[in-house]
Amino acid sequence: MEQTRYRPPVWRDVRVLRVVIQVLAGAAVLAILYVLWFNLTNNLRAAGLPTGFDFLTQPLGVDIPGSDISPSSPIWRGLLNGVKNTLALVVVGIPLLTVIGVLVGVARLSTNWLVAKAAGLYVEILRNIPPLLIIFFVFNAVVLRFPLLQESLSIADLVLVNNRYIAMVGFTAQPNFGPFLAILALAMLAAAGVWWWRTRRSERTGEHHHRFLWALGVFTVISLIGFFALRGPIGLSRPVLDGRALEGGYTGLAAYWAVLAALVLYTASHIAEIVRGSILAVPRGQTEAANAIALSPFQRLRHVVLPQAMRVAIPPIISQYLNFTKNTSLAIAIGYAEMTRITFQLIGNGQPAPQMIFLLMGGYLLFSLIISLVVNVVNRRMQLVTQ
Amino acid sequence: MTVEAPVFEETPPEVEPARGAVDWARKNLFNNWYNSLLTLALAVFVIWALLALVRALFSADYEIIQANLRLFMIGGFPADQLWRPWAATYCFTVLFGVVGGSLSAGARDRATEAGLPHVRTTFRQIVIRFWPIVGLIVVILSFTTTVTPTLLTIGALVAALGAYYLGRVLPRAIRRWTWLIAVVLIVAAYVALAGFGGVGWQGWGGLQLNLFLAFAGILIAFPFGLLLALGRRSPLPVIRTISVTYIEIVRGVPLITVLLAGAFAIGFLIPRDLRPSLVTRMLIAIIAFEAAYIAEVVRGGLQAVPRGQVEAAQAVGLTPWRTMRLIVLPQALRATIPAMVGQFISLFKDTTLVAVLGITELLDATFIVNSQSAYLGKGLFVVTLSFAALVFWVGSYTMSRESRRLERKLGVGER
Repeated sequence: MEQTRYRPPVWRDVRVLRVVIQVLAGAAVLAILYVLWFNLTNNLRAAGLPTGFDFLTQPLGVDIPGSDISPSSPIWRGLLNGVKNTLALVVVGIPLLTVIGVLVGVARLSTNWLVAKAAGLYVEILRNIPPLLIIFFVFNAVVLRFPLLQESLSIADLVLVNNRYIAMVGFTAQPNFGPFLAILALAMLAAAGVWWWRTRRSERTGEHHHRFLWALGVFTVISLIGFFALRGPIGLSRPVLDGRALEGGYTGLAAYWAVLAALVLYTASHIAEIVRGSILAVPRGQTEAANAIALSPFQRLRHVVLPQAMRVAIPPIISQYLNFTKNTSLAIAIGYAEMTRITFQLIGNGQPAPQMIFLLMGGYLLFSLIISLVVNVVNRRMQLVTQ
Repeated sequence: MTVEAPVFEETPPEVEPARGAVDWARKNLFNNWYNSLLTLALAVFVIWALLALVRALFSADYEIIQANLRLFMIGGFPADQLWRPWAATYCFTVLFGVVGGSLSAGARDRATEAGLPHVRTTFRQIVIRFWPIVGLIVVILSFTTTVTPTLLTIGALVAALGAYYLGRVLPRAIRRWTWLIAVVLIVAAYVALAGFGGVGWQGWGGLQLNLFLAFAGILIAFPFGLLLALGRRSPLPVIRTISVTYIEIVRGVPLITVLLAGAFAIGFLIPRDLRPSLVTRMLIAIIAFEAAYIAEVVRGGLQAVPRGQVEAAQAVGLTPWRTMRLIVLPQALRATIPAMVGQFISLFKDTTLVAVLGITELLDATFIVNSQSAYLGKGLFVVTLSFAALVFWVGSYTMSRESRRLERKLGVGER
């Protein structure tokens, strides 16, 4: 009957067991890590490889396509170049795939039968093919069949296409570029002022503000006047073939465009699915209410459906952004020199694999972390605004 | 049986039933000026694309696929041992037949017990659900040069049907052991491939290797994933920290880096003379990678189990271990089935990545045949890569449709 005084034996006492289990688990993990570390250092030494990270200052020893880094520059410079190239894919890719994904997702729900079916076909085909296969396809079956460098195809002198580079028309600063920047800033200020004025007026009188059109108009007029008054402060730099090199414009390796196109198309199909699902998750009553107050289809989408759908869609879209970032590593297969490719190349050239892969994984973890942080901030603001 | 959830799949909303083709077209294609423009522009594009596709299909040179079909399917398996993959195929068709039959019989019995009418899947439904697979088999067989594969395939279908009816008529007492039959058949398939002078998985390739890596990867990773998921929800801080660290690190890096670690770094972490073959190291890397993703899937399932279930189990005096085994896990795992299928699809697509490390799986095989002297520089990548794309598309598309069906049937996610 003395339940309160009863103490279970030590091996059945939950409080003791908790501590024991945790100590055992922790010790087991530490022991495994120790054994791995022991083997690693021993094996590295036996193979005559460095055990630290000093090798990063050694010469690169390999040529990196599409960069001016010589094989004699240190390894860390080559790795940084890889980070830069990965970043070039991520920074250009994420906005692109978002736009395409949202457009296709909305198109799948269009009342236009043909548009809905075409969007559905796009999503169902692309979503179910391995991304690596799409990259191979775009690179080997499309890009490599572009004309040779010497016979580059020029589209209205704006784009120059061959099987090694794709170059686009670029902008160059002319003498009056500085003043023009100031005028642009002025135009921005004026536009903001007009925006504010239209909003205030609309709040007072109740008439439609049209603030976007007004602001855009003011900005365009001022900057155009500035442009002509300064006699063309921005010039076009057209890509031209000069012997065996491309001059002018923005030049990108064909491999870069192939990876970008393949991964953007692939990831956009997933985004489209998410957008479609989130729009369907918005209660029908919302659409009906929007119709009842006579919003146009565009206004309905812009002010009623998409803001609510986006709140549902943002977490899975973030994870697609992360997937996209991680999938850029597939560029290794067609030799675009991003992080993974350079690591692979250097390991093949005799650099110690464990450290190289450690750095590579650390790099991707950092990327994932940064994207999550940035998008989480956006997400939080969005949630506050809409609620 | 649960009530079918409303399906949003094919029909766009707000389409009123139409009368007649003209009326339908006016409502669905030309209901206002910009839709009319869109329809016209898109129609021109679609017709152009269709014509180009048809022309490409009829003018393409399929000899490269015919000559290399075996490489695509089973890699460099010795030609005089072809009976082995076929025997394994038969094991799997019988397995699918028996399991399908006994599942169907189980559903029938449960329906009878509950006094509900049992709706049998009709032949028409099967065709609608599995047309991509049927089409793929026809396409593959059309590339064979002898009649033997066709006959063997028909034989396999007959065997599957036989096994299905066997599964349906098995008495209940035996039906409870279907899982054992499945395990025996899987072991038999492996023995048929590798036993008695056969070829172990180091020598496999082509589609066979993709399927092996995907199935073995997810099956072996599952227990680890389950442990990690339980660890992540554990009240013990040390165990939770270990699980969370592992899961988050693995999920933050691309699979290809884990495969690179498998190819180049595992060798440094274990004593030198224990180093396994490259395919085994790839499998280990895939398992280590998948375990983290499965852990997240299982965690989702665990969170779907209402708290009251655990409390009720504690109230009737179940120990924590039995609460987990009898109450929580059965419900949680049932809820994870669709997500697990999704995970399997993505792994199936990701098995192509071992190509980067020079393993001749399907994608790599369709790639390297273009450097055979007979086809070098002919630009046949379009043909061979399209073939690989078709195989992967059929597999993923069918599975994703089935998983959506399963999701509706299990009523997951509509609480």
